[in-house]
Amino acid sequence: MIQIEHLSKKYKGSEHFSVFELDLVIAEGEIFGLLGPNGAGKTTLISMLSSLLKPTAGSFTINGLSFHDNGNDLKQIIGVVPQEYALYPSLTAYENLAYFGAMYGLQGGTLKDEILRQLSILGLADFAYKKISTFSGGMKRRINLIASILHQPKILFLDEPTVGVDVQSKNVIIDHLRQLNTSGTTIIYTSHYLNEAEHFCSRVGIIDHGVLICEGVPKILIEQQENAQNLEEVFLEKTGKALRDYA
Amino acid sequence: MHKLWASTYKEMVLLVRDIGGLAILFLMPLLLLIVITLVQDSTFKSIQQTKIPILLVDNDKDKVSASILDNLKAATTFDVVLKDSEDEIRELVLKGKYQLGIVIPEKLSSDLQAKVHANVDEILAKFGLDQEAEAVSPYSKSPPKEVRLYFDPATPQSFKSSVENGIDKMISKIESQSIYKAFQEQLTEDESEVIFDTKGFIRFTEIIPGEGPRDFLPNSTQHNVPAWALFAIFFIILPLSINMVKEKNQGTFIRLRTLPVSYATVLGGKSIVFVVVCLMQFALMLLVGVYLFPLLGLPRLDVSGKLPLLFLVAFFAGLAAVGLGLLLGTVAKSQEQSAPFGATLVVILAALGGVWVPVFVMPRFMQLLSNISPMNWGLNAFYDVFLRKVGFVQIVPELGLLLLFFVLTTLAAIVYNKRKNAV
Repeated sequence: MIQIEHLSKKYKGSEHFSVFELDLVIAEGEIFGLLGPNGAGKTTLISMLSSLLKPTAGSFTINGLSFHDNGNDLKQIIGVVPQEYALYPSLTAYENLAYFGAMYGLQGGTLKDEILRQLSILGLADFAYKKISTFSGGMKRRINLIASILHQPKILFLDEPTVGVDVQSKNVIIDHLRQLNTSGTTIIYTSHYLNEAEHFCSRVGIIDHGVLICEGVPKILIEQQENAQNLEEVFLEKTGKALRDYA
Repeated sequence: MHKLWASTYKEMVLLVRDIGGLAILFLMPLLLLIVITLVQDSTFKSIQQTKIPILLVDNDKDKVSASILDNLKAATTFDVVLKDSEDEIRELVLKGKYQLGIVIPEKLSSDLQAKVHANVDEILAKFGLDQEAEAVSPYSKSPPKEVRLYFDPATPQSFKSSVENGIDKMISKIESQSIYKAFQEQLTEDESEVIFDTKGFIRFTEIIPGEGPRDFLPNSTQHNVPAWALFAIFFIILPLSINMVKEKNQGTFIRLRTLPVSYATVLGGKSIVFVVVCLMQFALMLLVGVYLFPLLGLPRLDVSGKLPLLFLVAFFAGLAAVGLGLLLGTVAKSQEQSAPFGATLVVILAALGGVWVPVFVMPRFMQLLSNISPMNWGLNAFYDVFLRKVGFVQIVPELGLLLLFFVLTTLAAIVYNKRKNAV
């Protein structure tokens, strides 16, 4: 379970908070979608939850542990899929995965079997020994995912895991995430694809200007919003139609 | 331990796959070493074998100028071109067509003769040997004469100094011989009688102190290989820091921060690989010095009996260089920051360390500063082993400093990273 209390983040030099006094509880086994326009604070929130950013104020625990006190223990049970392709382009898929798997403490036959199994599930078995630099965006996204789940994390953070990939790759990724969730992994993910989130998430939270403006089961949120047929309409009602360009 | 091994293996594969980077890493230092040694060696050779054309205006046209001309020709260093006027010399030297022009003043021979005779007459008169001289000397004292040297403004100071010293020595010799001759004329009527032995009494013998047998004198190779090998070893900070900055830019560093692995382990993997690269670079340089240099007409590098100590110094120098690279890679945010800063830093450390100019000729303040350059410690250790032929115990202080530098820079990198990425 993830318990967030009054969590805030203000970047150096910035006049406003990227995340402001956010309270949220994510239960074990959930697929929680963090939705919001550009600059709303989604990535900032997920970065704090995955130990990449230090909160300005407030606190959170994951399964009762905090990074401050139990950093390595906590990192062992979480998986983080960053927005970038966090892979070494000149290494093969297998070499990348072997390295990141080893950092989770996996080794020998266990590591090798898990890499080949995951590659096979995500349709990349034939490309195991090819360099990442030769991969398409969709293939890189799938390797990016595998690198974070080799150790079978209890909690998985994904920052826009399906951005810029084709429909086929997106389906494979979402299906695999569903299987992981079925086998006990709690998933917290950010996305701009509201249709995907509507069908994939057990619960979503809409965040804007660093504040959680609503959260709940997608279907219920749609029902509660007057004249809304889908999550996208709820989203636009809650956040407005003004452009959110920021630099 | 398994994580350290995996990190090391990953770094090794990354390096091996970067063929261009690998070539630069190994070939550029070799190229640097070969070019520098060839240039330095050929500079000495050119001074010995190639004649430098110089201009000379002989306004004296007598014995002294003839003697100067003979000496200049006998020196085999210069090709003397006679000119008629000082203005012509000034113009040609100013245009850079000639490095040096010499103007011998009018009546140099006769005035020198007069000065010497006047001095000799005076001395003899004081001893009561020449009564006539005591009454009146036929030789009057002349004002000092000036041999004028015109140098091309681009001529290095070291060359100017050596030419000035050489000409000064030549004129002193002519003066002293004139004095001997004047005495001889006063003391005997017989011109064939030899009263004075005018051959040089004092000679130089070059001795290199050492405990072992003195079977060789250090040559340009013995000086260049350790200095430039060290320079190349420290250049490892460039590819190492770029490697780390790349990780930040391509996002892998972000992933690493979410993994249950310490930053020290990540740095450990890099350290092992890059120190091995340093040792391989050093081995290649030794091979070039031993086998390739003789083929290029350069002196052969003598490494007999010194290899274990040389590699020990290279190992510790490599550690120091890697420590600096880790710190730079940790602090730098982009390649635009790390590459120019790293390159400039290495050049400064090399200059301070005595790679280009020996520390003992530096100003006092710079000499003090050189003590803080790890390249100075490494170079001293290399010279200790290569040239002074000392044992392990004598180089322990330098090795200790290099190790301490590695520990401090690596710790600084870890602390900086921890503070920067604290959660």
